[in-house]
Amino acid sequence: MARVSLFSRARGAVVPHRKDTAELPTQAMPVPGEIMIPMQQHIGALCEPVVKKGDHVDVGSLVGHAPRGLSADIFSGISGTVTAIQPVYYSSGKSDTAVIVESDGKQTVADAVQPPDVSDRASFLVAIRRSGIVGLGGAGFPTDVKLDPPNLDDIDLYIVNGTECEPYLSTDYREMMECADDILFGVRETCRYLAIPKALICIESNKPKAIAHLRRLTADDPAIEVKALPSRYPQGAENVLVHNASGRVVPRGKRQTDVGVMLNNVTTMAAIGRFLATGMPLVRRRFTVAGDAVARPGNYDIIVGTRVRDVIEYVGLVKEPRKIVLGGPMMGNAQIDLDYPVIRQNNGVLVFGEEGMTRPATTPCIRCGRCARACPMSLSPVEIKKAYAVEDIERLDALMADLCMGCGTCSFVCPAKQPLSQTSKLARDFMRTEMAKRR
Amino acid sequence: MKNVERAENVSKRPLVLSTAPHVFDGLTTRKIMLNVVIALMPALAASGIIFGARALLVVAVTVCSCVAFEALWCALRKQDQTVGDLSAVVTGLLLAFNLPSTIPLYMAVIGSFVAIIVAKALFGGIGRNFANPAIVARIVLSVSFTAAMTDFAAPQIAGLAASGVDAVSSATPLAPAAASLSLLDLVLGVHAGALGETCGAALLLGFVWLLVTRTVTFTIPGVFVGTVVALSVLTGNDVATQVFSGGLLLGAIFMATDYVGSPTSFKGQVVFGLGLGLITCLIRFWGNMNEGVAYAILIMNLVVPYIDALTRPAPLGGEKRRFVLRGRGEGRSE
Repeated sequence: MARVSLFSRARGAVVPHRKDTAELPTQAMPVPGEIMIPMQQHIGALCEPVVKKGDHVDVGSLVGHAPRGLSADIFSGISGTVTAIQPVYYSSGKSDTAVIVESDGKQTVADAVQPPDVSDRASFLVAIRRSGIVGLGGAGFPTDVKLDPPNLDDIDLYIVNGTECEPYLSTDYREMMECADDILFGVRETCRYLAIPKALICIESNKPKAIAHLRRLTADDPAIEVKALPSRYPQGAENVLVHNASGRVVPRGKRQTDVGVMLNNVTTMAAIGRFLATGMPLVRRRFTVAGDAVARPGNYDIIVGTRVRDVIEYVGLVKEPRKIVLGGPMMGNAQIDLDYPVIRQNNGVLVFGEEGMTRPATTPCIRCGRCARACPMSLSPVEIKKAYAVEDIERLDALMADLCMGCGTCSFVCPAKQPLSQTSKLARDFMRTEMAKRR
Repeated sequence: MKNVERAENVSKRPLVLSTAPHVFDGLTTRKIMLNVVIALMPALAASGIIFGARALLVVAVTVCSCVAFEALWCALRKQDQTVGDLSAVVTGLLLAFNLPSTIPLYMAVIGSFVAIIVAKALFGGIGRNFANPAIVARIVLSVSFTAAMTDFAAPQIAGLAASGVDAVSSATPLAPAAASLSLLDLVLGVHAGALGETCGAALLLGFVWLLVTRTVTFTIPGVFVGTVVALSVLTGNDVATQVFSGGLLLGAIFMATDYVGSPTSFKGQVVFGLGLGLITCLIRFWGNMNEGVAYAILIMNLVVPYIDALTRPAPLGGEKRRFVLRGRGEGRSE
């Protein structure tokens, strides 16, 4: 139930929005000469390449086959020839396999691309399993697994996440402004096949046009409600959104489905809608390019697998890039290798010249408590940091460090510029590993 | 595209790799301290008007000696210079505000030493002091130099202006034999006391600045003063005298709100404020001292780790609140 206290303050932080690209209509980026398709573009098991060097592929051809369980098929976004299957290295130091496809410039569509034959829940889930759709808000959780929880009958609320709380990014906003029909088709069909009676589309109040637009389109549909939420980062974090939108609290160690909620991003819903209508798997996506070094910032419709270098060359530069971040500035990853491709859950790239560059010097903690008051999960980042420093697993457990989402709010608000979010994430991962060992 | 190649090929300037977040709030420790300094300016001006140039001299001595001790400590310990965070300036100002304007200057320097070196540096510097440094120094000086610390000068203005040459000793309104003052004199601070604590109006003006800049919240001063008011009413003491004389407003607004010595959660801050109010009144009404704010703050500073542990908010989705004391990680976290 809703935990409403007279004295509770709004948690989270007011971050600069920087949505300069929001009102720029999406432009299609030309087909690149070559794309790189990593076999990991989702949370879960690696895909197995089903093509070999020299094979011909079309738009929508299966390239990576997902093993059973948590994974999602990967398709080609261009037609052409497989020129290599080679390792790809991430800035994290990890690596996996990628398929390189050279374009023949024809963009012929694979014969297998046909609107799926969907009539009930089972055939719907089978179809989604073959759609290559993952959580497009950034997480990359395979959508078919999300749509098929063990307790589907208990779910009475579908929350559609259109909050887009990360600064700079505006792909979800453009999706709502340009493709609202796809979103609503996806929501209605999903709710129909999964028998979920009510959908709540949640949008941050800094997007009044999107709120008005979707309200107009759903005015005569009692099953869909558009809810405006305050613009406070991280409004779009899943468990935070569930709480703020419905008052329900997802207990530690449980999932949203355990409190009767299913949750997906607006762009994911639009992808479902488009796939059901056309049968074209997820091979393109809308992508925000922003930052002070970019000559033509905006939203671009690009083919998944396009290298970051090609995207940056296409949009042009006004100054030398010093830092390149895939995703938003609060949770995105800085890149060291521009040959790395855009994968399906990436929603933008930020190319910084000076802006976002200076990491302020860290000074001693003055115990001001801003981190703890801002933490959307009500954790105590400084205490977690201390417990992690001595690897005190019992204290980390008591402080519930495993609830940290790594949203970055504590690091953002800290006047001493301590890397609190970073240590909390390390503490969380350490705790999970240690707990797993003990079981 | 030439630029992209250059960025990678020029080894002097490779792409910067860092962990998220990549943007930060503009607030820094120095800005927080600067806001406290600004908030103390009205009371500084008032002290100059009420007690004359001697008050400003005391302030100059404590501020300079606090900064000097901090700089010296950092230099001797060969550690990063922390004078720039302005916290020593705040400590110097607060210490002076807790002293009578007549205090011998060498005592003010000793107070600065106790505040910066004993209460702060020896415990690990900013953020690690066990209690508010200015409060510790005030108490040490009170115990060591009781006569000098209670030798309050009478105000130089408001009818007493004729005595501007040599300050006349006077009792604070909290002393049992003190003559009752008009409300206006109480609020404007035209009465005896430590040089920065008498002018309630100036202190409240500073409080407004702290609230507007979100440097502190209303909770601790509100609950502290509220508790004193309630207990004064219950025990038949004069509310205005209790609130506007002695160190209550200075302590509640500027020293009880010191981050290091106060709880972080709302509930913790309420408990803290209640404790402060209770101890202050116990000392003032039934103890053998006129003034209890400094001891109340010191005592409550010491129990903050327990208050924090008992009032830690339950995480969203967390099972039940658990008692976790600040503990083993302390001191090893840097």
